This record gives sequence, structure tokens and C-alpha cells, in this order.
Amino acid sequence: MEKKFKPNIVGFLCNWCSYAGADLAGSSKTDVDSSLSVIRVMCSSRVNSNLVLSALLWGSDGVLVAGCHPGDCHYEKGNYYARRRFALLKKIAEVLNLEPDRIQLSWISASEGKRYAEVVNKFAEDISKLGPNPLTSNPKV
Amino acid sequence: MAKAIKIKKNVEEGLFDFLKSLLEKEKINGVFTLKKMDDNGAISYSLITSPDEFKDAVPLYPFMPVNAGKALSSFTLLGKTEEPIAAVLRPCELRAFVELVKRAQGDLENFLIISPTCGGVLSLNLMGDKNQEKIVSQYWTSVQKAEISPDTRETCQFCENFLPINADITVAALGNKDLDKEFILFLNSPKGEEFAKHAEGSAVSEEIETKEINEFRKKREELREKFFKETGKEGEGLKSLINIFAPCLGCHGCSHVCPICYCVLCDFDAKTHEYHSASLSLDLKNKGGLKVPTGNLLFHLGRMTHMAVSCVNCGMCSDVCPVNIPVATVFSKVGSSLQKVFNYFPGKDIEEPAPQGTYKEEEFKTIGEQ
Repeated sequence: MEKKFKPNIVGFLCNWCSYAGADLAGSSKTDVDSSLSVIRVMCSSRVNSNLVLSALLWGSDGVLVAGCHPGDCHYEKGNYYARRRFALLKKIAEVLNLEPDRIQLSWISASEGKRYAEVVNKFAEDISKLGPNPLTSNPKV
Repeated sequence: MAKAIKIKKNVEEGLFDFLKSLLEKEKINGVFTLKKMDDNGAISYSLITSPDEFKDAVPLYPFMPVNAGKALSSFTLLGKTEEPIAAVLRPCELRAFVELVKRAQGDLENFLIISPTCGGVLSLNLMGDKNQEKIVSQYWTSVQKAEISPDTRETCQFCENFLPINADITVAALGNKDLDKEFILFLNSPKGEEFAKHAEGSAVSEEIETKEINEFRKKREELREKFFKETGKEGEGLKSLINIFAPCLGCHGCSHVCPICYCVLCDFDAKTHEYHSASLSLDLKNKGGLKVPTGNLLFHLGRMTHMAVSCVNCGMCSDVCPVNIPVATVFSKVGSSLQKVFNYFPGKDIEEPAPQGTYKEEEFKTIGEQ
């Protein structure tokens, strides 16, 4: 029997909203896909594009960045910067035709444990459909 | 109608005399300009304060040994210059300087900025060439005819922003058939008008956007499409990217000469991006082999996310690349689509913050909702 592809996804979760949302999902015993490895950051704007690129080039099949909803940032405006940065990164991936669907930014608040599970499960499913990341497995990269 | 004066001299000679007279009359304290360093054709930027030293100045010589924006930034990092200085630089160098000033890396205040309508600059590997004088004179012929000189940098050949923005004085060179007899200075600011009183010229009423200029722009737009199409063919994605950057040595020369890459310590020169032997076995397992030097593609993509949106298309990166990677063309191509996303024109407005340093609450509404 052929082994089903299980993606390797990195998730950068903001400490104040999304990480707490993940916590809630856990404590309310919601099923969350296990292919996501969580890295806790203090704010979604902490995620430099280089971190996302490093992950994609060196081992991960997808990258999820999650932060507070716009207007709810613990630092007032961090997620607005994160949103711009993400738009920029996404556009580069589009122009260079580098599978822009492998990166996603989602707003998940501390009370949205259910939404956290939905987002992660959906993203894991999408990445599974895309298959292994060619950037990660290419010896020329 | 723009304010302008006509000077009845050869353009190089006329500009030289104008700057020299400013220096002699002590209206300015120094001139930042290109200068002949020896008889072998070596040209370098210099900040000249003594009128005696000025004899070797060649303000409009078609070379860009460094991006002058970067050089001016190094002079004014701690604040404006104490005395007024005239600086002759190309439109892209000026836009680079404006981008740096925006990032608190320089000060425009005490500069009298003089910039030509630009026919491009020659590739740096032609400096010291035995035919240098001949190539330069061919260059000037193509400027007079408003044609694209094939000896210029690739990025220059498709540059559409050849009219200076934010210059105090614009030297109209492109498409002027009588460039060896007369030329026009456009005075774009009160500062420019004030200093131009010391030029031996007569007031004329002319427009900078002539028929020749418009036709020239069209030619460049056509070339731009051609170059963009050929560089990194659409649809090939990763494969074409690997092909483009495969010869990269990892010297990081492109980032060192880039005027927008101003970080004191680049992320990619830092310890964090050195290859760590602890990850070797995992990488070999994932990739089945490892290209050396490692992390070149990450470097180029990472640099792209940091500066491509502010790229002024000066072409320094391609010109210094020892293995002839068309870095500037790729960055220009990506940069122009990023600039559309953020509706941003690098180096145009000094008050407009760089895209990564600002935000609007009502934008990119669909991002993050999935």
C-alpha cells in the first residue's frame, strides 16, 4: 500500500490571538491536523519574509502565518504591517510562478478555537493536494 | 511653460563651465561629479572643492562607477552638508538618493541637484577599453538622435524613467541634434533658478516633453516588454529561476552596490544565514544532494522581498555581477509588478513612505479572511 503524503507545515502564530486560539482548540478537544508545527511569535509582524522563505526552501511544504484580526492587534498596528508584507511576498510568488498557494495568512482571535482548527485542517488539506514542495526537494536550490 | 535657459556651447563644455564658475564665485563649496582619474580611461565620482582639481571633471561622462545616491547618502548620513554642494547625477541615482533620504540615510537640503535627460550609461567593463573614446562618441551620437545605444546597460536600454524627478536643474540632452553647439537647462525649483543666474544663457520657453522624447520612450517600452518576456519565461517557475541564478557565486556584490540595500549588516551576511552542519543530514535526506554555495536562491528571493518594491532600475547589480546574471532585469520585472500592487513610484515623492514602512487600515481586505 502506498503511503499517503503527509505535508510538513510551519505555522507562525501570534502570541496574543492565534496562539491562544490554538490553545483553546486544544483545551476544547477539537481535532486539529498534526502536520502543522507551531512556532510562537510575539506578533505576526515579527515574521520577516526571510523566515517564510527559509521554511519553504529548507523543508516545509507550506507556511501559515496567523495573527489578530485587523484592528485587534495587541501592539495596535503590527498585523497591518504583516498584511502588507504578506501581500508583497504573495505577489513575488505569483510573478515568479512559485506556487503562491503554499503560503497563507489568516486572522484567528483568541476565542476562535473552532476557526483555528478549521483553518489548519483546510490548509493542510490544500497542501496535501498540492503535493511535496519542489523547492524543498530540489538539490539545485 | 517650464522655465529654461539656452546655453550656446557644447553640452559637456557648457555644464563644465557653469559648474566651474559656481565654484570660482564661491556660490557653492563643492561639486560632486564624475572625474577622469588618469589617461587610461578610468572614471570615478569625486567631491571636488578646489577649482584647480576641477579641470579633470567630466560631469556627463556615460559611466556609473557607483550609484551616486549611495555616495551622497554616505556624505549626509549624519545630517545636511555644512556648505552648499552641486551634485551631477543621473535620474535613477537621484531617485535612489530620495529613497535613501526617506529611510533617514541622507539629507537633500544643501544639494543643488543637476541631472540630465538620460540616454543610459555604458557597461562598466568598457571602462579602460582601448576603443573607449570611440564608444563614448558613438554614445553621444545616439543621444543626439534619441536612439538606444547598444553599449549601454541592459536596464538602461529598457528604462522608461529617463527624465529626472526632483532635480533643481535638468540638462536637456536627449534628442537634441545640436548638442555640440547648444543645449537647454530646465530650471525646476527656485534654488535652480537662483544658481542658474550664473550661467551664461538666455531665457527661452521650451517644453521638456518633445516629440523625440516621446518616441524614445516608446522604443524603450517595446524593449522593456521584450526583456521581461525573455528573462524567466512565464510558466516555468522554479526551473527558470534556478537557471537564472545557477551561476551565482554568493559574493553578494549585487547587494553591496545596491543603493536601496542600505542595512549596516545584511541579514544574509549575518551568522544566522551561515550553513549549519547540524542540518546537513536532514537536507541531504530531503534533497538527495546539496548545491554549494548553499542558500543562494534564498539570498536573492529574500533580498527581493526587502528591496524590489523600491528598485530604481539603476542596473548596478547586473553590471558588477562576475558571472553575468541579469539580476537587475529580474528585480526590475518583479519590482514593477510590486510597485503596481502598492501604487508606488520609487524616488518620486520624498514625503511618501516606503511601502513596508506604512499601512492603510482599509486595504488588502481579502487577505487573512481565508
